[in-house]
Amino acid sequence: METLANLGDGFAIAITWQNLLLALLGCFLGTIMGALPGLGPSNGVAILIPLAFTLGLGATPSLILLTSVYYGAMYGGRISSILLNIPGDEPAMMTCLDGHPMAKKGMAGEALSLSGVASFVGAFFATWGLILLAPQLVKIALLFGPAEYFALFALAFMTLGGVSSTNQAKSAFAAALGLGLATIGVDTQTGVPRFTFGEVHLYDGLDFLVAIVGLFALSEVFIFLETRHGGSNAEGKKISIGRLYPPLAMLKACTPTMLRTSVLGFIAGVLPGAGASLGSFISYSMEKRLVDKEGTFGTGDPRGVAAPETGNNAAAGGALVPMLALGVPGSGTTAVLLAVLLALNITPGPLLFTQNPDVVWGLIAALFIANFMLLAMNIPMVGLFTRVLMVPPRILMPIVAMVSFVGIYGISGSTFDLLVMIGFGVMGWGLRKLDVPLVPIILGTLLGNAMENNLRRAVTIDNGNWWTLIDSPLSLGLWAVAIIGFVMPLIIGARVKAKMHARRDEEGSISD
Amino acid sequence: MSDRIFGVVGILIAIGYVIAALAIEESFLSDAVGPKAFPLIIAAILGLSSAVIALRPDAEPTWPGLGRLVEIAAAVVVMILYAEMLPVAGFVIATAFAAAYLAWRLGSVPLEAVLTGIGTSVGIYVIFHLVLGLSLARGPFGF
Repeated sequence: METLANLGDGFAIAITWQNLLLALLGCFLGTIMGALPGLGPSNGVAILIPLAFTLGLGATPSLILLTSVYYGAMYGGRISSILLNIPGDEPAMMTCLDGHPMAKKGMAGEALSLSGVASFVGAFFATWGLILLAPQLVKIALLFGPAEYFALFALAFMTLGGVSSTNQAKSAFAAALGLGLATIGVDTQTGVPRFTFGEVHLYDGLDFLVAIVGLFALSEVFIFLETRHGGSNAEGKKISIGRLYPPLAMLKACTPTMLRTSVLGFIAGVLPGAGASLGSFISYSMEKRLVDKEGTFGTGDPRGVAAPETGNNAAAGGALVPMLALGVPGSGTTAVLLAVLLALNITPGPLLFTQNPDVVWGLIAALFIANFMLLAMNIPMVGLFTRVLMVPPRILMPIVAMVSFVGIYGISGSTFDLLVMIGFGVMGWGLRKLDVPLVPIILGTLLGNAMENNLRRAVTIDNGNWWTLIDSPLSLGLWAVAIIGFVMPLIIGARVKAKMHARRDEEGSISD
Repeated sequence: MSDRIFGVVGILIAIGYVIAALAIEESFLSDAVGPKAFPLIIAAILGLSSAVIALRPDAEPTWPGLGRLVEIAAAVVVMILYAEMLPVAGFVIATAFAAAYLAWRLGSVPLEAVLTGIGTSVGIYVIFHLVLGLSLARGPFGF
C-alpha cells in the first residue's frame, strides 16, 4: 500500500510539462540511438550525460531524460535487426534470428509492431518488478556495514565480465585499471596527493564523465575511421514495411511467450553479470526449447521475435534494481546511469530511498510514462525511424564526435579535459581491438573511491584488523557469490559466448 | 603476439604504479590503512592479470594496415588541434573544420564534407547555445 502511495507521489513529480517533454525527447533520441548500428544504449547515454549536466537540469529531470534514452535504445535496437539483419545494439542480436526472416517474407511491419508490443510488455512488467523488489533489497542493504559493502563492490567487479566472458584475466585487468585511475587525485581520507605527478589538473582526480565519453563515444569514431564503412548499411536495400499493426491472432499466440520471458529477462537483469544481452539470449533459448515443436524458430516465427525483445527490455528494467537499491550496477548502461547520479551528487544505495524518495519514485513513474510513449512512438511512427537508418555514418560520426566535445567542454571549459578525453578515446579503441571489456574500467573509475573508503573504514573500525573483511556471514556469502561468479565463466563462458555470437560478432566490448 | 605485448605493457604499468604508490608521502594524520594499501592491492591484481594475459594469449586480433593506423593518428592530431584551437578560434569555426575533416576522412566527397562540417557546427551552435543556453568557446568574433 505504501508502495502505491509512493508511486502516486512519483507520478505527481514526473507529470510536469518539463519532465514530460524530457521523457518524450529521451524516448525519441533513445530509439534513434538504439536503431543506429554503432550507437548503443551505453554510448548513447554517455554522450547525453554531460549535456544534461551542463544544462543545469535537476536530478529528477536529468534521470528522466537519460533513463528514457536507455529504455528507448532498448526499443530501437530491434529496428535494424529486423530490417537489415544488423543488430542496432548488442541486446538486439537475437532479434535478427527470426525478425529478419519475417521481414524477408514481407512481414516487416508485423515484426516491427509485434516486437514493439513485446518490448512494452517486458519493460512494463520489469518496472513493476523494480517497484516490488527494490524496497526489499534496500531492507537487506541497510544491514550492510563497510566490510559488506567492500565485498559487494568486489562482487560487482568479479561478476561484471558476465557469464559469457571468455577471458577473465582481461575483465580483471579492466577492473584494476579503472580502480587505479580512480585513485588519482587527493586522497579523501588523509589529504595527500596521489599519482598526480605535480599536475594541478589532476588533484581533483580524473572526471569520470570524461573517461566515459572518451571510452564509449570517441572510440566508436576511431573504429569507424579504421574500417571506414562510410556508406549507410541501409543503402541499396529497399525496405518495405507493410502493415503496421500485428494481427490479433499473432499477439494472442505470443502472449504466453511474452509473459514467461518477462519474468526470465527481469531475473537476468537483476542478477549481477547478466544484463540485457544475456536476458534476450536465454529468453530466446528457453522459448525455443519450450514451444518450438515444429522447428519454425529461425525461419521467421513471431514467437522468436517476441521472446528476445521482451527478454531484453525486461532485463533493462531489472538491471535498474541493483543500481538504485545497492548503488552497484550490474551492466554497462546502468554503470553509465550511476555516473549521472554521482555527477549530480546523489549517492545511490539504500539511503537513496529514504533521503531522496522524490528522485527514486519520480524516476519510476517516468519509466512508466516513457514506456507508454515508446509504445505509441514505436508502432505508428516506426517508418520515421527506419528513415533515420538511412543517415550514413560518414555524416553521423562527425556529429557524434563534436557533440561529445561540446558536452565535455561545457562542463569544465578546459582544454585539458578535452585532451584527456581524446586519450581515453584512443585507449578505448586499442582495448576494444584487444577484446578488453570497457565497462569494468568505467565502473572502476566510478566506484573506486567508494570501494577504497569502505575498505579503510572497515579496517580502521576494527583497529587495523584485516580479517574483519570476512568475519560476518553476510560478507562471507557475498565473497562466495563473487568467487563463483568469477570462476564460472572460466568453465562455461566459451560455450555461452559461442552460442550468443554464433551469427555475428560485433560490438563485443560495449555490451549492454 | 599482441596479447603478449599487451600483457608485458600491463606488467610494466603495474610496476610503475607500485613505484608511484610507494612514493606517496604519508601525512602524520593517517588512518589504520593509509593511502598506499589500496593502490598496492590494485597493482597486484593489475600485475597478475597482465601476466595471465601474456602467458595465455587470445587469438590475434585483426589489426588494420599501416594506412588505417595513419588515418587514426591523423584524426587524433586533428582532435588535439581542435581542443587547442577551440579557445583561440571560437567554437563555430573550429568545429566546422574538425567536423568537415572527419566527414571527409569517413568517405564523404569534399563538397559534402564541407556542408556536413558547417551544418554540424551551426546546428550545434543554434541548438545548444542559442536555444539551450550552453556556454561554448568564444572566438575573436564572439562565436
